[in-house]
Amino acid sequence: MSFHLEQASLTHSDGNRALENISLTAAHGERIALIGPSGAGKTSLLRLLATSLSPSSGAVSVLNHAPAQIDVNALKNLRSRIGMVHQAPPLPPRQRVITAVLAGRLGRWPLWKSLLSLLYPLDIIGAHQQLARMGIADRLYDRCDKLSGGQLQRVGVARVLYQQPDLILADEPVSAVDPTLADQVLVELLVETRSRQVTLIASLHAVDLALKHFPRIVGLRAGHIIFDLPAQQITAALLRDLYATEGTLPTQDNRPLMLP
Amino acid sequence: MKQNMPPRPRYCLTCAATLCALMVAVIGSFWYLSLEVGGLFTAASLRHIAQFVGSFFPADFSHAHTAKIWQGALETLAISALGTLLAVIVGMLLALPASGRAGRIAKSLTRFLLNFLRSVPELVWATLMVLAAGLGPFAGTLALALHTSGVLGRLFAETLENTPTAAAAALADSGAVATTAFFYGTLPQVLPQLLAYSLYRWEMNIRMAAVLGFVGAGGLGQMLYFSLSLFQMPQACTVILAMLFLVAVVDGSSAWLRKLLA
Amino acid sequence: MNPRTPPRDPALLPRLSLTVLALAVLWPMLLLAEFNPAALFDAKNLKVMRHFLATFLPPDFSPDFLQLIATATLETLAIATAGIALAMCLGVPLALIATRSLSLSQIAMRADSRRWQGSDALRWAGRGVLMLLRGIPEIVWALLLVRALGLGPAAGVLALAITYSGMLGKVYAEILESGDARPTLALLESGSGRLAALGYGLLPGVLRELTSYTVYRWECAVRASIIMGFVGAGGLGQLMELSMRMLNGGEVVTIFITFLLMVMLADGISHVLRKMT
Repeated sequence: MSFHLEQASLTHSDGNRALENISLTAAHGERIALIGPSGAGKTSLLRLLATSLSPSSGAVSVLNHAPAQIDVNALKNLRSRIGMVHQAPPLPPRQRVITAVLAGRLGRWPLWKSLLSLLYPLDIIGAHQQLARMGIADRLYDRCDKLSGGQLQRVGVARVLYQQPDLILADEPVSAVDPTLADQVLVELLVETRSRQVTLIASLHAVDLALKHFPRIVGLRAGHIIFDLPAQQITAALLRDLYATEGTLPTQDNRPLMLP
Repeated sequence: MKQNMPPRPRYCLTCAATLCALMVAVIGSFWYLSLEVGGLFTAASLRHIAQFVGSFFPADFSHAHTAKIWQGALETLAISALGTLLAVIVGMLLALPASGRAGRIAKSLTRFLLNFLRSVPELVWATLMVLAAGLGPFAGTLALALHTSGVLGRLFAETLENTPTAAAAALADSGAVATTAFFYGTLPQVLPQLLAYSLYRWEMNIRMAAVLGFVGAGGLGQMLYFSLSLFQMPQACTVILAMLFLVAVVDGSSAWLRKLLA
Repeated sequence: MNPRTPPRDPALLPRLSLTVLALAVLWPMLLLAEFNPAALFDAKNLKVMRHFLATFLPPDFSPDFLQLIATATLETLAIATAGIALAMCLGVPLALIATRSLSLSQIAMRADSRRWQGSDALRWAGRGVLMLLRGIPEIVWALLLVRALGLGPAAGVLALAITYSGMLGKVYAEILESGDARPTLALLESGSGRLAALGYGLLPGVLRELTSYTVYRWECAVRASIIMGFVGAGGLGQLMELSMRMLNGGEVVTIFITFLLMVMLADGISHVLRKMT
């Protein structure tokens, strides 16, 4: 079992009740898309799975470990097996792309290797491979602040791919990426799941992308799971209900949604 | 028909009182020091000053003296550079706990230490270091290092506190230890600011290093002190010119380095 | 799909050469500075330090000494205040000469460059003078003036006056230039004299910044007066130098405590004055 949430609730420190009684389970190698209106709690859910946040109530189990109960070293090892793609990539502006990508394995490298790699990158070929999959291999030695928003997002994804985690959590991984490239990025993420039995759960704003690439769709609204269904069983009525507060259904190019 | 004028604005009593107090302070200072500014401008004292200034020229540019000055200048440069370098290292080490990364007690203790280091003026440190390590440039280096560690440590700690933690937090979330997260996530963001502070401090320190020699800490300062004690004014003049030249060199190098590393 | 082999790291060569350069410079630097940590543990030095540190406690709180400290503190404050006052007398006129914000060439009708060259030259001369005044640290002036005028506060006051007039002048000129130029220009264009344009147009906007900087400089002057005392320019610094020379730790501690209190007091006064404007 890849992860298991049992009646997990999360209230942020400012009193905002982000998640209410979430129960969600995933097996190894599953591909799940998380959709819902803004403020539904998608990011909070992903952060909960990433062990960045602790639930206010309920149980969390990730990769067969309960993050709240294991010691510091075990937690560190657990986290090195979880890869999080952030919506706004947390990359220092002046850092070069190659260092940013290599930082993916810091959880596994010994200290001397991490520090040495700062002076001279120790795995240029490995980083180059991942960047090539994202279509930005030529930006290998550029500084992060010289990249566009979409390119930075792809660097973030490349870093997670380089990390080779057992669970990938993607928070709006293609929100700033060009529509033609968004497909390529998602395809690469899915290829990764197939080749190494990696679980992927991605929150997506564009519903058409979710339906196109993911076999299992979870709909979240106001901290509650509204539905958890295979993609074929998603109906227009369900989606309208989910996005009632936003009015329209968000899609990649703002074109109307075609449902089978 | 007579119009009603708006009432006159209220008189600012505190403003008037402060101005009065300032004037009293200034005049009082002159009176307390028994300084007669007028006494400076009498014919006799002006002649005395002119004589004093004249004794400096022509400056001594003889080969022997210039060689000594060259040595002294290099010594002063080394004192300032090494002192600043040591301060950068120590300051960085102290800034980590001082920015709260090791708990509140460590933060208070290191902040207190940093404040102490920078409150003691460099000259006082130099006098102490001459006792601890003997006369010569090493005492000067230590004095600059101690004082500047306090200054840079505090500046570094403030910079660290104001840095966004998202990058380092993301790395910690994927299993990196605190040290690695710092080097990959925090340091790249603060490095330009740290370098700017350090280079600025070097510019201050070259001026200070020239002067620490007055208490025996080597360099051009020590030469100036000796020349003046022996009333060798032309030699003293060359030393002062060398000091000005050294300051210009360091200011220029610092500006060049700043542009290079930006 | 097999990607091409990636290019080598372009940062390798610059980083390597910078490291080699730094090491090449570091070695002679250590030699020139006579870097010798062993000297700190030399038996003779340790003995002197131990004796000196032993005298630190108890601090000297005897009434005679405290009276000496009180006089010295007042003297230091007086040196700083008198020095700043004199510095302003010299610095303000120089600032007005050096600043561009009162230049009539800004509103010239004709682009007659020859006419304005004279005033440009005057401005550059003013800036040059300010730079010269700032160039030599005040403690060097203090050392020279002690030779000329003898031990005592006069040397300190003059040294402050000379160097700080350069600093005040430069920053005043810059503050005047950074203020909003339009009111001043409008007044100059309607025929106002330059000083009047300053008073009515520029000053109201920049007064706060000018006072803030002047008060900050006074704080620095208090600290500088103590330092200059070390070379004989009176005040608390001269007292401390004497005590240190006689290795009287108790007196040094008391003076140092006074010094800290004074710096805090100057900090406080500066804070209050800056809040008021």
